[in-house]
Amino acid sequence: MAVEDAPSGLAAAELLRRHDGADLLRFLTCGSVDDGKSTLIGRLLHDSRTVYEDQLAALEKDSRRVGSAGGAIDFSLLLDGLKDEREQGITIDVAYRYFSTPRRKFIIADCPGHEQYTRNMVTGASTANLAVVLVDARAGVLPQTRRHSFIASLLDIGHIVVAVNKMDLVDWSQSRFEEIRAEYVRFATRLQVRNVHFVPMSALHGDNVVEPSSNMPWYRGMPLLDHLETVHIASDRNLIDLRFPVQLALRQDMSFRGYAGTLASGILRPGAEVMVLPSRQRTRIRSVVTWAGELEQAFPPMAVTVTTSDELDIGRGDMLVHPQNQPRVGQELDAVLVWMSETPLDPQRTYRIKHTSREAHAEVAEVRYRFDVNTLHRLQAETLALNEIGRVRVQTSRPLAFDPYRRNRATGSFILIDPVTNATVAAGMITDRETDDTGEVSDGGAPGRRRRGAGKPQVKRRASRVSPAERAERLGQQPVTLWLTGLPRSGKSTIAYALERRLFDSGYLAQVLDGENLRLGLSDNLGFDAPERRENVRRAAHVARLGNEAGIITIVALVSPAQPDRDAAREIIGAERFFEVHVATPVEVCEERDDEGLYRRARSGEIASFTGVSAPYEAPRSPALVLDTTRLPVADSVARLIELLAARGALRR
Amino acid sequence: MSYNLTHLEQLEAESIHIMREVVAEFDRPVMLYSVGKDSSVMVRLAQKAFAPGRIPFPLLHVDTGYKFREMYEFRDRFCREIGAELVVDRNEEAIAQGANPFELGTTRCCGLLKTQALLQALRRGNYDAAFGGARRDEEKSRAKERVYSFRDRFGQWDPKNQRPELWNLYNGHHAPGENIRVFPLSNWTELDVWLYIYKEQIPIVPMYFAREREVVVRGEQLIPLDGEARILPGETPEKVMCRFRTLGCSPCTGAVRSQADTMEKILEELMVARHSERITRVIDHDRDGSMELKKREGYF
Repeated sequence: MAVEDAPSGLAAAELLRRHDGADLLRFLTCGSVDDGKSTLIGRLLHDSRTVYEDQLAALEKDSRRVGSAGGAIDFSLLLDGLKDEREQGITIDVAYRYFSTPRRKFIIADCPGHEQYTRNMVTGASTANLAVVLVDARAGVLPQTRRHSFIASLLDIGHIVVAVNKMDLVDWSQSRFEEIRAEYVRFATRLQVRNVHFVPMSALHGDNVVEPSSNMPWYRGMPLLDHLETVHIASDRNLIDLRFPVQLALRQDMSFRGYAGTLASGILRPGAEVMVLPSRQRTRIRSVVTWAGELEQAFPPMAVTVTTSDELDIGRGDMLVHPQNQPRVGQELDAVLVWMSETPLDPQRTYRIKHTSREAHAEVAEVRYRFDVNTLHRLQAETLALNEIGRVRVQTSRPLAFDPYRRNRATGSFILIDPVTNATVAAGMITDRETDDTGEVSDGGAPGRRRRGAGKPQVKRRASRVSPAERAERLGQQPVTLWLTGLPRSGKSTIAYALERRLFDSGYLAQVLDGENLRLGLSDNLGFDAPERRENVRRAAHVARLGNEAGIITIVALVSPAQPDRDAAREIIGAERFFEVHVATPVEVCEERDDEGLYRRARSGEIASFTGVSAPYEAPRSPALVLDTTRLPVADSVARLIELLAARGALRR
Repeated sequence: MSYNLTHLEQLEAESIHIMREVVAEFDRPVMLYSVGKDSSVMVRLAQKAFAPGRIPFPLLHVDTGYKFREMYEFRDRFCREIGAELVVDRNEEAIAQGANPFELGTTRCCGLLKTQALLQALRRGNYDAAFGGARRDEEKSRAKERVYSFRDRFGQWDPKNQRPELWNLYNGHHAPGENIRVFPLSNWTELDVWLYIYKEQIPIVPMYFAREREVVVRGEQLIPLDGEARILPGETPEKVMCRFRTLGCSPCTGAVRSQADTMEKILEELMVARHSERITRVIDHDRDGSMELKKREGYF
């Protein structure tokens, strides 16, 4: 039985073990106005025995007086806490509810259904692991169902439970349930949700809420509560990218100086080398301190204090990361914005942005489009009004260290604050810069260069009459760019040409953009200092993009030593089809392989600005693949790249 | 290594995060210290948040003069032992005029000795953020309160116009004279608080433990006679084994029948509890929605 029986006389230690061992699931409930949301929650609380007798007595009294269940217990009255809500019979604000079973503690964010309270739903969704979307079995999938599911997917809630409620009113019909399921699935394929689960139920009668339903023997799945107790959420956390935003520096006498914060992602261990962003200073973690003593490691969402081995100027708003795995640092970001104020977004105004523990001034430089939240269509927009959701570009007065929201909720989210009223006016989720539906890449390239062509009145972009989907269909492949970066003589070209051959032999179409070949033609007017290397990378990126637009898998073999230049290439090509591959051959090995004596000539000074000798090489901070050619023969490197292409859906045959 | 936190560890981490945000962003934070079990937990969380340093803000006890003797004793000893700065403030004017619940009724008495006293104390201390131990599971209107609860310059809460609160990005911006009430225990339940007290061995006022007390039985309430409560005509004192689930002013706080004289027994009792804790507060039952009305006016 799911509900806890608490036998008296059970030792406290045993109770503690049971309750203390439980983990925590935060979920939100949403759905159309009359889908029976409050009744469902009331039922969950009641059947899991979270409602106390005095609350139940008050509920019975209220049910007789103002209830809508004809004198029977109206569970919704248990929830609608504010007087106005009880009297109007609607839910205005998010209400938080708590209940527990021996397996889990639950926090419910009970969200209002009306479109005018979208912002309240976003508030509830921002901390949730799972969303329960209620559907009235008689009405089926309504615009609100779609809107709420869309918001849940925007907020990257990985788990959705579609609760098909009021099954008693459709005679417990399996075919009706299947119809609704099919309709929802058709719609949900356009959303980015990892896990959708369907439960037919009657919250009013308790079928499939806590106890299995005897009225629907055709349903073989679990009741809602069993699903909530067992759904796997631990892997939703990001344990890879170390991100430790510093909340404040703690000092005690002269003896202690530590940095307090909540670990956003990754694992933090004493001894680890860290980089402080945005200053890029490096140091090591000396200790991870808590009240209870020092820790061997910390993981999210622990609140800890760290000390470092060097005395650096670290303060609130700084972020500690691993030097080889850095977020983006910049003053411009793309984001999806949910507008939450009655006063519409004013692109001329300066707002405050709060992102992790850092604040700055911010302007919304551009509204690219807004969503019709009911149909998911993109609409042209100059601004965003209350409850509207759109894609924007934000510029900030100070650099922020950020990740895409889908990779990291904590470093990918922000709020905007009105500097006059001090109200929270928007919630933002940072996105990768990507191509949109038409295959068009959003603003790419370095600032200042971006609109060089666009500013000229005689230049206008022409659209192809062949769609990317048609090309993919004909060629049996999804065009991507593999960007091989590494030191001179690390083996990039060898691998690139071997891969091209292998793809061609398997019936795919690929091309290689080789750095040295580029220097012989397209880039023969460029030298090797940093600005000209950047220009070389930019040209290669545009050629790769043209190749991808023609449907061709493009393999770039280019030293491309600077991370910002490769980031710019990612933006030109489109983040979702750009894969950075580090051909990580140590410099000694490259030098050994160098039968033309380039390294020797570089060391003697004959060749200037030679990467690895007299010019720096920045290893990729988060490559899609690292190839160690000292251990992998060429054929194995090629096999790894084929695996990468297959895993990302590039190879369809 | 599973890299999982239990629910109590997650709640603890969230509360510590909130406290650190407040200390980083506000000029003069203060912690409202009511001497009760939730306050004890808040203080422990503050110790943890700023360890190895000391708690970087004072504890403010808004006293009505009607608290139980054991509460005052505990308060002074506890604050001395942990080295916390304690500020005690009272509405001296109302106390001098003899404000009491017997003649004014609980609503007006609370208004003067708690709500008014609190607003005066916050103004006097020029505090811009005040931590309170309120939890969302306590009462219906609390279920909707934000972690950062904005108050205008009159200390009022506008429940229909609360700031959206997203992720763990709290907005503490406010104009001079306005302040923010901060509830770091928002997501804790009564059981969580007790489990934490047990696990962390946090000191609490002995009144939470059952012993034989002299009380009068008034409706469903047991009114203890070791405070200021008065015996009404027709009532006779009796000795009852009982304890307190919440601590308030002695005339207005009832005890419950209980045999739970140890932490273990309290936990066992809670597991089978059939009544919410605030049933022993006379003030919550005055009027329909009475807590919401008090909170709009500035009550905690």
